[in-house]
Order: sequence, then structure tokens, then C-alpha cells
Amino acid sequence: MGWIKDIISPQTRKWEEFYRNRFQHDRVVRSTHGVNCTGGCSWQIHVKDGIVTWETQQLDYPLLEDSLPPYEPRGCQRGMSYSWYLYSPLRIKYPLVRGALIDAYRAKKRETGDPMAAWKALQDDEEARRDYQKARGKGGFRRTTWEEVLEIMAVANISTAEEYGPDRVVGFSPIPAMSMLSYAAGSRFLQLFGGLNLSFYDWYCDLPTAFPEIWGEQTDVCESADWYNSKMIADMGANLNMTRTPDCHFFAEARHNGTKTVVFAPDFSQVSKFADQWVPLHAGSDGAYWMAVTHVILNEFHHKKKTPYFLDYVKQYTDSPHLVKLDKRDDGSLHPGRLLRASELSDYSDVDEGDWKFVNIDAESGEFVVPRGSSGCRWDDEDGNWSLEMRDSVSGEDYDPVLTLLERSDQVEEVEFTDFGLDNTASRGVPVMEVETEDGTELVTTIYDLIMAQYGVDRGLKGDYPSGYDDKDAAYTPAWQEIFTGVSGDTVLQFARQWGNTAESTGGKCMIIIGAGINHWYHANLMYRAGAMALMLTGCVGKNGGGLNHYVGQEKLAPVDAWGAVAFGKDWQSAVRLQQAPLWHYINTCQYRYDGHFKRYNTVPDNEMTQKHTADLIYKSVRMGNMPFFPQFDVNTLDLCEEAEVHGAQTNEEIEDYVLEKLKRKKVDYAVGDPEAESNFPRVWYIWRGNAVMGSMKGHEYCLKHYLGTHHNTIAGDSEDRTEDVVWRDEAPEGKMDLLVNLNFRMDSSALYCDIVLPAASWYEKADLNSTDLHSFIHPLSAAIPPVWESKTDWNIFRELAKATSEAAEEYFPGVKKDIVAGPISHDSSGEISQPHVKDWYEGECEAIPGETMHKLTVVERDYTKLYDKFITLGDRICDSGLGAHGTHYEIEDVFDEMVESNHFPVDQRNGKSLPSIEDAEQAANAILKLSTLTNSGLTKRAYEGIEKKTGQDLSDLSESGAHEGHLTYADLQAQPRRYNTSPVWSGLMNDGRAYAAYTQNVERLIPWRTLTGRQHFYLDHEMYLAFGENLPTYKPSPKPRAYGDLRKTLENDEARILNCLTPHGKWHIHSTYMENHRMLTLSRGCEPVWLSEPDAEAMDIQDNDWVEVHNDHGVYAARCTVSSRIPKGVCIVYHVPERTVSIPKSQVRDGERAGGHNSFTRIHLKPNFLAGGYGQFTYHFNYWGPIAPNRDTHVVIHKMTHVEF
Amino acid sequence: MDVRSQISMVFHLDKCIGCHTCSVACKNIWTDRKGAEYMWWNNVETKPGTGYPGKWENQDIYKGGWEEDGNGGIRLKGAGKPKSLSNIFHNPHMPSIDDYYEPFTYKYLDLIEAEAGDIQPTARPVSMITGEPMDIQMGPNWDDDLSGTPDYARKDPNLEDLSEAEQEAMFQLERMAFFYLPRICNHCLNAACVASCPSGAIYKRGEDGVVLINQDVCRGWRMCVTACPYKKSYYNWDTGKSEKCILCYPRLESGYAPACMHSCVGRIRYLGVILYDADRIEEAASADESELVERQLDMLLDPFDPEVIAAAKENGVADSTIESAQNSPTYKFVKEWDLALPLHPEFRTLPMLFYVPPLLPVMASVADANDNAQREKIHDIGKKWPDEWVYDTSIDQLFGTIDDARFPLEYMASLFSAGDVEAVKSRLEKLMAIRLHRRRETVGDVDSATVDKALKKAGLTGQRANAIYYLTSLAKFDDRFVIPPAHREQAIEMLDEDVGATKGETGFGFKRGTNKRGA
Repeated sequence: MGWIKDIISPQTRKWEEFYRNRFQHDRVVRSTHGVNCTGGCSWQIHVKDGIVTWETQQLDYPLLEDSLPPYEPRGCQRGMSYSWYLYSPLRIKYPLVRGALIDAYRAKKRETGDPMAAWKALQDDEEARRDYQKARGKGGFRRTTWEEVLEIMAVANISTAEEYGPDRVVGFSPIPAMSMLSYAAGSRFLQLFGGLNLSFYDWYCDLPTAFPEIWGEQTDVCESADWYNSKMIADMGANLNMTRTPDCHFFAEARHNGTKTVVFAPDFSQVSKFADQWVPLHAGSDGAYWMAVTHVILNEFHHKKKTPYFLDYVKQYTDSPHLVKLDKRDDGSLHPGRLLRASELSDYSDVDEGDWKFVNIDAESGEFVVPRGSSGCRWDDEDGNWSLEMRDSVSGEDYDPVLTLLERSDQVEEVEFTDFGLDNTASRGVPVMEVETEDGTELVTTIYDLIMAQYGVDRGLKGDYPSGYDDKDAAYTPAWQEIFTGVSGDTVLQFARQWGNTAESTGGKCMIIIGAGINHWYHANLMYRAGAMALMLTGCVGKNGGGLNHYVGQEKLAPVDAWGAVAFGKDWQSAVRLQQAPLWHYINTCQYRYDGHFKRYNTVPDNEMTQKHTADLIYKSVRMGNMPFFPQFDVNTLDLCEEAEVHGAQTNEEIEDYVLEKLKRKKVDYAVGDPEAESNFPRVWYIWRGNAVMGSMKGHEYCLKHYLGTHHNTIAGDSEDRTEDVVWRDEAPEGKMDLLVNLNFRMDSSALYCDIVLPAASWYEKADLNSTDLHSFIHPLSAAIPPVWESKTDWNIFRELAKATSEAAEEYFPGVKKDIVAGPISHDSSGEISQPHVKDWYEGECEAIPGETMHKLTVVERDYTKLYDKFITLGDRICDSGLGAHGTHYEIEDVFDEMVESNHFPVDQRNGKSLPSIEDAEQAANAILKLSTLTNSGLTKRAYEGIEKKTGQDLSDLSESGAHEGHLTYADLQAQPRRYNTSPVWSGLMNDGRAYAAYTQNVERLIPWRTLTGRQHFYLDHEMYLAFGENLPTYKPSPKPRAYGDLRKTLENDEARILNCLTPHGKWHIHSTYMENHRMLTLSRGCEPVWLSEPDAEAMDIQDNDWVEVHNDHGVYAARCTVSSRIPKGVCIVYHVPERTVSIPKSQVRDGERAGGHNSFTRIHLKPNFLAGGYGQFTYHFNYWGPIAPNRDTHVVIHKMTHVEF
Repeated sequence: MDVRSQISMVFHLDKCIGCHTCSVACKNIWTDRKGAEYMWWNNVETKPGTGYPGKWENQDIYKGGWEEDGNGGIRLKGAGKPKSLSNIFHNPHMPSIDDYYEPFTYKYLDLIEAEAGDIQPTARPVSMITGEPMDIQMGPNWDDDLSGTPDYARKDPNLEDLSEAEQEAMFQLERMAFFYLPRICNHCLNAACVASCPSGAIYKRGEDGVVLINQDVCRGWRMCVTACPYKKSYYNWDTGKSEKCILCYPRLESGYAPACMHSCVGRIRYLGVILYDADRIEEAASADESELVERQLDMLLDPFDPEVIAAAKENGVADSTIESAQNSPTYKFVKEWDLALPLHPEFRTLPMLFYVPPLLPVMASVADANDNAQREKIHDIGKKWPDEWVYDTSIDQLFGTIDDARFPLEYMASLFSAGDVEAVKSRLEKLMAIRLHRRRETVGDVDSATVDKALKKAGLTGQRANAIYYLTSLAKFDDRFVIPPAHREQAIEMLDEDVGATKGETGFGFKRGTNKRGA
């Protein structure tokens, strides 16, 4: 036979034009995806014939250091399939409203002839209100006009403000970093209105509470290029291929540069294929493993080898040399207590802020020293003392801190340590010394000595120390951890030694990459702290190639300093209403009623602080100003101010005093104290950029029941454990919300359940900004095509809503009102040194002083007729207040004036003032870029000058080699990705192409961490941490199913195979986005299946692709089953977030009701120690501190479906 | 010596993250239309697994590729031209819709348009072909990440030569692993599809070796579907013609990498020209199974060899193409460094897509352990895991060795070297030696003699190890894709068209499509 001949003839090949024609396109525009994936990828959007046809990645990232792989290309299978949505049948093309609502509203309007009267009449008509609430989620949408929906929203806003107060109008939108201005549109509207924004990072359980605990930081991590600098990477709970898709190559490439990789995951997760070793720890037991790793590191590298690099590091950069007092209990036992304060020593008793300055011992002189860098040094009146230089803050003398009292004191006392895992108490010898304090003689030791004892490092001291690594009963030996992890002690030993050796050889280039697989557990903070200990003790934090790198949520909004002012209306007003979402939903969805006492599932010592119901502790934390809660009071805050004025208050201060008096005399009470009272309901809810009703709503079915008042699938009843202080009403209300509004480009589960759905422009149809912590660039979103059909950008929708609301106010609610905002004491303010002890003024334990012992009270002016004017212009309040974030501050008046005068910035004349216009999103983007230290080098320099003053360190070079010339514009970002500047707002150094790694500024430039001591914290001495047994790093096991309370009713008459249901981030979607995308459903299994192990499936007689129901007391999810050998026995996986809109059958275990999603089987459980406040790093900030809402400890049962009906 | 140029590809499987971005990039541009729904010119498979279409590797079922004819030559296994006429109307070896999948979608509009009712609407699955409700039983990536292990991964055709115990071990905790196998058309030198086409519609392009199905000439006989042992030729049920991966020639001609390669976010893909000796195709394709890989590599020519250059020029290979061949990353991986292997060389099509085999985690062991006594001590609230074993993965050395790796090497050899274990092992050892060498360079905590020994065994110098490391880890886009200039001006000139006039005229008039068969 003849062999194949190539064909060259062009004539024969003329048909090749066929495919060439397809490839030709008209326009390529740079945009990205505003989805909370943390990718932040730059994309080319291809337009052909005016239609977006496909997208592919941009390749023009500037290179970082020569030794690093490039960033290109960034973008994954999900992003690549986005264009499907634009013209898909799911697209919201027109404003939609549910028929039941609009018919009732129109009827009332016909009756009353007036929109406002119609809305009020509808709300007063109990039956009509219930009818449209019950219709939620059950079809019946109607197309309507923008005019009509704007009218309804405007009168609902004004009516709510007038009747109940503006703090009953709520907004939820997650993670601004992914599309900053789209977020800011709604938050600006709500804050100018006096409504509230719900937090998201903590609500998603993505906030790693260990970061505030240890570093006083929300989250700060390295960009993905820095993984490549690491020489040993431990990956746990972060499935890099799946969830860090565009970054995973750095991990793979590092291996080929000699990096050792170890993956910890209960299943053979996708990233396990890159592991040198795969360690299948039992789900949720990672903390036990790391406690044992640290045990070995302490024993071998600290105690025996005394590795100089490690010891020097912990001396300077951690709290380990600080002295701790030992408390003697009534039974004579000693327990680690609070840090010794400078104020307690006679030599230092008159030092300014001495309660917030701490004590070390100088090795040479043996004398006490009071280190620089503490929170006291930060907030006292003196400059130059807030640094990590090892100098006494009083004398300025150098010192060398003593780590251990071992060779300094002969006195050894036995101290009690609790092992919450095996429920043991060990009494271990600790070297101590006596100190004369103002209150008498105290026993003290160092944190380092306590750590040695806690971890059971046998240094020849008396007491219950482990007999060796193979001592199974002694925490935290390699043998001890086997029972929790199922992994051999030898594996721990070998790992710890390689870890220590690598860190020593490289000066700290070992890192942990960590994620939701760990952070979504109830005891996530303890697992994180356990891992962080191994990093800090080996000098791996604040180093390129090191650190605890947590990637869960795109929380890093790089230009946060300038953006914050625009987003929260701080350019116009001084107080905001930013709500901690987990506790808000816990209270308002009535989930506290089903919860029971936290002691049923959290192993805590028995003491006064651990007695009350979580809801009662929340109530207390709100009174004390440790947590926010809106609605604030059981009365309208506008009426309250008017009442004050009627009673003679003339100034804002007098109104504040009036309200304070009423609070003290309990004549006004907190809404959180009586959440079921009708006057305290949240009323109007705006949801945009997120799937608030389903995707993120832990206890979704409780949301349907109590917020929406529609059908639900929970069978749980009230717990027997009742609240004491929070009013307990026999009947929990159903249907609290009057109106739910959703801005969306697609009909997702939330849109399906809202009353009004507004067509929002997609990510290829608008201008916006995007940043992430995975890389150091700011990306634009751009309009490749104009918004399709009748959709509008988020910015324009809220602008229109502001206009409609202002117009309604002209008619129904004119004039200037005063409003009083009760906000919590905030982190990075002097309030963080206000509450040395937990004292509740409400209980008469101390005096009520706003901003110190209680929340702040601030009067704000509201003129609803001016809402629109304020929305579209940048207010000049920031000329007086300056800008800043994370403790930085800089003046901007000259830059503001420059904007007003410059031809490059549009200006608006309003109410006699010329102000920069931010009428559209691109203008707002340019204003932010002009005013941020991240993008304007002149301001970077200014912000560093402020830090120089406080720290006494020369930092001037950082704004020179680490910043762009001049400032960036939106058009610059569209032209090519631009790296942002090294700035004191963040902690990493990026000069000369260096990869961003967190805390390198702290380590190299001696800027303290924003914590109590200014150091990284091994030890947490807040009274709640002492009370809850979390002062030292420790291990608490995940609660068992019955303790957690998911299955009380479900297993009442039934024995079933109980599985731990894990809901990690999946491969075919980013949360719910892309989940119902046709492309992704085709490449997966046509639904979000339930993954089961082969043995569990066999035991339940389930075959691959069978339909099953996953359920517990809270609700039910129904899907197909995937049987796989990579899943371990005892767990099932439902990758989150399935939409309940696609391919969800009727439930058999719930009598034919539509089954729900993955949050149908979750319920909120909170950890009360996260309610601490007014104390160093334990001080509230939005998305920074407070209880997180975990979901990983959930247990379910699975039934095979015998009949599938849609 | 008949020197020709071929655009070839290397996929570095150790870097593949299995994300399928490549598949979506391809689908968006080329196969997102009626009749092409089920076509995945680029797909990604999990190994072990049965792939797409199901069990495509099993030629007992599909009769794809070539077989020895008993006279020292080869013939098409299933659909050779001599037999084809009788098979035109009945081809028993075609994959059926069940081997692919019935394309499905959902009644999405119900969510927006459902009347008010008593229950929440949901978008139920429907067939894209009939529009009727359907029960989804199969998809183009059905066994992704070991989905349905009992039915798919355990039935991977490559397991056939392993003992039952070895097979079982591959799915146990201590030996389990998987990796990804992205696949596109191999643009083979001895393409079975070309040989099988009764209409002569399939050809290799002279300048770059891209294999195309002429959409004007194709008559939809589907012999190529059977003949391609990789099942990369698909029948478009709407146009009545077959289609396959075109290596994005319209992009190549504009200097862009193919969409799947451009979009490869794992940065695993490389593309470049390789010069080869077409006179040796028959001999290489007919070689004894044990020599197939070696013979194929022998055909690939040194682009710096003056004789090769002279012969290439004589054949009309452009200077710019020769220069591209000299900078080709694929030539380095495949020939110079001996790191990459063809997929299933025993199909004898001489595929020009090569794979660097993946490293896998080290094996572990599981020991029985009765922990009942310890378990009883766990705090009352604490969850207990009732496993009666302890998993151990401690190793003495920093990295494991190839012999310690999960999966028998025979499994890899079944995929990449027609069973030659040594060919796979030597390549994996090279990868490991480079890692050790780089560890020494960047940390220095490994025994230098051990590293030297490993390099020597792998046949590497430090310099070469660094070069491989560079292209593996640090390579920029232009290092990974070296695209030869297409010289479109010459092609247009050969049509007797004035290039200057084309400049002004191209794009005017109606876009040219191809007619449906029978239209």
C-alpha cells in the first residue's frame, strides 16, 4: 500500500477557510470574573458580530524576579465557560417580580392611589403578606418595568426607615475584592441610608480566626509565586488543582526545583497526585498531627539541639519570652494565667498604659525589661517605641530576652495542663520564679516554658511528662496522635525532622498551604494554631517561601484604604453599620432556638464564663461593644434622636448622652435581647453578587422558614436548653422579611426565592476592579459589550435606587433626621486597649462608658432627599479625616483638590460645592486608584512617614523601590496587569519584583504585629481564652454526631449508617457559580453528586449513579451518587455549592417536597470565645473578628431513592 | 532521506492538574454547535479509567490502528481500504451513542417561566437530541477523578496484564493514586484515519503535518472513526461529515498557540517543529513491538545536522521552519533528553504527541492496630474513628525512589511504551535525579554523592539537568510554544491570487461555509 502523502496544493485546501472564518473575531477586551474563587485572572473576551463568542487567558503579566516562573496563563475551566451564561436561558433579561406580590401591591395601590400608602396597607394586611411570603420560591415570576420595581423598593425603604428605623434595611454581598465597585454600589447606598451590610468572610467560615489570634491580622498570605520559593510544602485542606487552579503550577514546578511536598487529606484529593507523600489523616484530625509534629520539633531542635536560628527567631518575633502569672485555684493546683503587666511592677507602675505593656527578663542583667512594640507602646503618647527592636521601652537599653527560667531559677512547680483529646489532666513541672507585684507575690514563668510543658517536652523536670515518643497516653506524642489521625507516629517523626532540617538549612523556607478543608471545622482555630506553632518555632513566618498560607475566599482587597471610604460612605459620614453575619443569622433565623448549649459539643472547662447559652453571650458581647448588632434597639433610632431633641438635647453629644442614660436605666433595650419581637425584625433585604439564601446560608431551611415564611424541610424542634437573658418566646415567628430583592445575571437559588429580581450586567458588561491575595496585580473588569437586554450595572442599579429613594423621601419623608449608631469598639483604634477584664456594665460590674466599657454611640445626620446627591459625588469629609486602613493613616486634601481642579476627573456641582463625580463605576475606580497608597506612590510615601514616626524605623526606601511612579488609572489596568505598590496597609515586601510574602515587613523592618504584645502569639491570655481552655495551643476533637445535634429527630426511631458530610470546594463550580453552567454539568455528572466510598456504598446497597437522599434534622439534599475508591470510609462528600434550581427531585423522606442543597443539612454552631473584645487583637473589625460559621462537623444519613420525580 | 516538518506536541503529565480548561477552550471555539455537541477534540482522562469514548484503548472492541499483516508489513486493523467498501453501510466497530453519551441539557427556562404553584420549580434534564426528559447515564468525562471506580477505573484496559492482586492494590489506601491524561489528535505520521478514508478527504498538510478532514470532500463514511485508535475523529450528525482536531491551524497561521495549549493553566504543554525522515515511516511503523518507540525516535532528525538541513531545503522546507525546529522545545524533550513517550505506540500510527510520564506519591503500608482501649479514653464529646489500622508513610530519604512509587511500572508501560518498563523507568528516574540535583543547588541538604550517582544513572550532567529544569519550571510562553511562520503569502500566491489584492479583498463577500451532505 502507498504511504501517506502530504498535501500542499492550495487549491485542494481552499476549503480550509471554513475553520478560519470561525476563528476570525472583531474585538478583544480585557476583563475578569467577579467570582469568589481567589483566582483574579486576566482574560481576553472575544467579540464577533457584537456577540461575546469565547474567552481565553491574557498572557501579558509582567514578570517578577528572574528566579520565578511566570504567572501566565491564569484562568480555569470554570472561567473559560463563563460566556455560556451571557445568552443562556438562565439569563435575567428584564426586571422580574413575583405575581403574588405584585398583584397584591397593585390592588392596594388601586385602593389607596398612592405607592407609600399601598405598601403600608399591604404590610398591615396580615393575610396578604403571608400569601406572598408563602409564594416565595414557587414560580409565578412576571416581567415588569424598572419604574415599577424602583417605586416598590423606594417606598419599602422609606416606609421601613420611618416606621422601624433604617437599621431594618439589610444588604448582603460577599467579598468585595472580586468586583469592588459592584460591592461598593450597594454598600454605599445602604450606609448612606443607615442600613446595614452583613459580613461575609466569617459567615462563609473562610475567616481563619487563628490569624487575628496569632497575628492580629484578618488574613495575610503569600502570593502564589512565592510557593515556588518554598523548599518544603505541607498542603492541608487546600485542594490546589481544584480550587487554586491557575496557581497550582507553581506547586508542581517547585517540585522540579527540589521542593518536598506532603499532602494531608482524608480522601485521595486531586492535589495528592503531586505529593511526595500522601497522608490520609482522619477528617478533621489535622490538629492532633501538628501538635505531635511540634512536640518533636520542640524536643529535638529546641530542647536538645538548641538550633540558634530557631531560638533567635522566637526571642525577637514571638511572645515566648513574656512572663505569665500562674493562678492558684482553691484546690491548690496551679494554672497558666494572665501575662504579667508592667503596671504590676513597682519599678514600672507609673508607665503610661502599663496595663498593656508586658515583661521580659534580660539575660545579661537578670532584670525585668518592658519590651517595645506592645499595644501599650502603640497607643501611648510617645513616638518611636512601637517596634520589634529588642530595647526596653522605658530605658531604651538593648536587652537579650530570657526564653526559659530553667537555668535561672531553682524553683519548679507543678502546673496543670488539660488534654481535651483523651480527657486527661497532667501535672507537669515548670521552672518558675516569684515576683513582687503591687498585689503581692506572684509565681511567674515564661510562655516558652509553658509551651515546653504543654507539649510534654521532658526537660528532666518532675511531673507527668511522657516517657517517650511511643507513650500513647501522654499528649502530644507521635504515639498519642495515632488514635485521632490513624497515621503512624513514625510518619510524624520523619516529617518533623525533615521540616526542622529544611527550615534550618534555608532560614525558614517551609510553608503550610491551608484552606477550607481545615477552616470549616468547629475547632478550626485550634488546628490552625497547631500548624502555626510548627512554623513559628522554626522561624518560617515572615520569610519568602514560608508561612501559613490560607486561601479561602478572595478577601484581599488591595486598595482597601481608599476603597473603604467610597464603599461605606465615609466620605460623607463618620459612623457605619457593619454587621457580623454569623451571630446575626444565628439570632435572626432563630437557629439559636434549635442549638442547645454549646457545652454539649465543645469541650470546655467548667467555670463561670462557660455557663450561659451562646445567644446570651452574644447579647452580652453586643452590650459591651465587642460585637455589633443591628437593628440596635427595640425602638426606631430616628425617633429616639427626635425624642432626645424634644427633651432638650441640642448637640449631637447631648443626644448621645440622652441615649446613654436611657440605656443605663434600661428604658431602651437592645433588639438582640428580644429578637422575636415584631419591632425587631429585619425587614428589607438586598442581595447582590452572592447567593445569600442558599449558597452561603448555613441553616438554609431555617432561613426559608423564619426569614422567608415559605416551605422548608427542617423537622427540628426547639432545644430544651433555653436562653436566660435573651427573651424566649414560645412561638418563633415565620416570615420576618417584608421584601427580598436580588440583583443577578442568572436565575440562581436565591433569585428563585426573592420577591424582585433585577437584571444585572455580567462580568463582561461593566467596569470594575478586582484583586486577590494569590497574585499582586489589580485587574479591571471591562465592558466587552454593553449590558444586554434591560440589564444594568450594579453601580447604576443602586444609583437609580438612590434616586428613586430620594424622590420618595421628598414626598413622604423630607427633612434632616438624626440617627444614632451603636457601633462596636474597633481593632486598630485605641479601643483595643480598653477592656483588660471582662466586665459587663449592664450587670453593674463597671461603669458604662461608650467606646471603653460599652459600644460607641455616634449621631449621624440623614437627609433622605440628598441620598442620590451623596451617592454620585465624593464627599469632602475625607479631606479632614484622611484615609487609612489596618492602622495606617494619611492626609489626602491636596490630592482631593487636585481631582477637583484636574481636567482628568469629572466634577459635579451639588449643593453649592464642587466635588469629584463618581456617577459611574469607572469614575469611582479612578478616584480609588488616585487615593490609595497601593496605586499612588505619593500617598505610599506619606503613609510610610506615619509608620516611621510611630516605629522609629527608617522605611523611606520602601516607597521608592516598591512603588509605581505617579498613580495608576483604570485605563492603565486595561492596557496591562499592573503590580500594586509595597504599602504599610499590607505586611509584605514587593520591592524589585520580589514575591509578596506576609509579614516580611514585620520581620525585616521591625514593624510590630497589631497584637497585644506586638509579637506573634503562642499564648492568648484573654479571660475568655483562659476560661475556654484555649490559652495554649491545644487539641479538641471534632464533636461526635449525637453531641452536635444534627440527627436528634432523624434517628429517633431508626438506626442508620451515620456519615460525616464534607462540603469542600469543587471542581466544576466556584461556590454556586458555574454549577448549573451547561459546560460544567456536561463535564461532570450532570448534577452535583454525593461521593461515597466503595465499602459504605456496598453496605448501603448503593450503586454508582443511583439517586440518593442525604438528610438530617435540618433538611435534605437529593442527587446521584458517585462511588469512588478515593473516598475514605465514614465520610461522604457533597462539593459545595449545588444550586437547588437544577435537577433536584422531590424528596421521598420529606413527603414529596422539593429537596434542597448542601446547606439544607447544616445549622449554625458558634464558638463563644470569638466574642471577646476590646483587648488587643481580640477587638472587632468587619470580617476580621467574631464567631465563624462552621459546617464541616455535620453528620447525615443517606437513603437510596426508590422513585425519582421532578 | 525525505525530510519533512511536523508540528509536534509534548504534554508533561507530572504537571497536569486535570482541570479540563483545555477541553473547554477547544469546545468554545470549535464544537459548540449542532451536530458537534458530543465532540471533545480535546479531552482529559483520569488514569486508571476507561476514558472517552468508553474503553477506547481496547482495540479488540474498536479495531482501530494498524496490525502486523504477517508479511513483515502492517495493515489497518478494522477499516482498511480493501475491506471498506463492504463495510460502508455497516460498520460493526463504530462506537455507539452509549460509548459516547447522549448530549443533555436542562429545562432552564422553567425556572423563570413556571406558573405559580405549590412546589419549587427545578430545571430537569432533557436530551439535546430529542428534547425529551432523560436519565443521564454517561458523559464525556464520566469517570473523572476515579468517579465510579468499580465500573470504570477497575476496568481500565491497561490493567489487563496485571495480576489480580496488583490490580486490587491500585485501589487500596496505601497504593492508590491517579493521574491525568489529556488527549488531542496526535497528528500521526502514519495516520490510520488518512489511510482509511474511502473519499480521500483526509490529508496531512505538507508544511506542518496537521491532519485535516476536508469538509468539502468528506462523504461521512466514518471509516476514520473506526480507524483512529485514539477515537479522535467524530461524526457530525447534523452536517453528515466527520470532524476532528485541526490543531487550531487558523491560530497557528496567525502565530497563536492552539487554544488548548494557550489555555493550559498547568503549563504542561509544549509545541514545536520536528524534522523527520518520511522514508522511514513504513519501517518504523512495522517494527517489532519492542522496538517501536526506538524506531520512531530514530526517524526524528537533528535540525542542526548540515545534511538534514540541506535535505530539508531541497524538499522546500522554509528556512524559518528549520530555525523553528532548532528552537523546538518538543525536539528537546522527545529526542535530545529522552524524556517523553508516545501514547500506545503499539497502535503503530506514529503519534506526534508525546508524554512525559508522571511521578506518583510513595507507597505506604497499613498495619493492623487494635486501638479500642485508647478509643475509650477519648473525651465524651469527641468523635471516634473506628479504624482498626494505622497508616504509615514514613521514608528515610527526602523523596521516595521510583521503585517506591505507587502503581506498578507495568501500568505506565502499557500506556506509553508498548510494555517496555525500562523505557518508562529511565524517564522517571531522570525526573527524580533532576529534583535531587535542584535540591542540592537550592538547599544543599542532600548527600552530594547520592545526587551525582542519580545524575549519572540518568545519563545527565548538571548542566543538562538545569536545562531540563528550566524548560519544566521556569519556561515562558515563547519557550513553550515555538510556532513556525506559516508563510500565508506564499500559499495565497500559489492560488494564482495577487497577495496585494487579497490584502484589500479578504473578508468581503459572504463567509464561506461547507454544505451539509445531501444539501
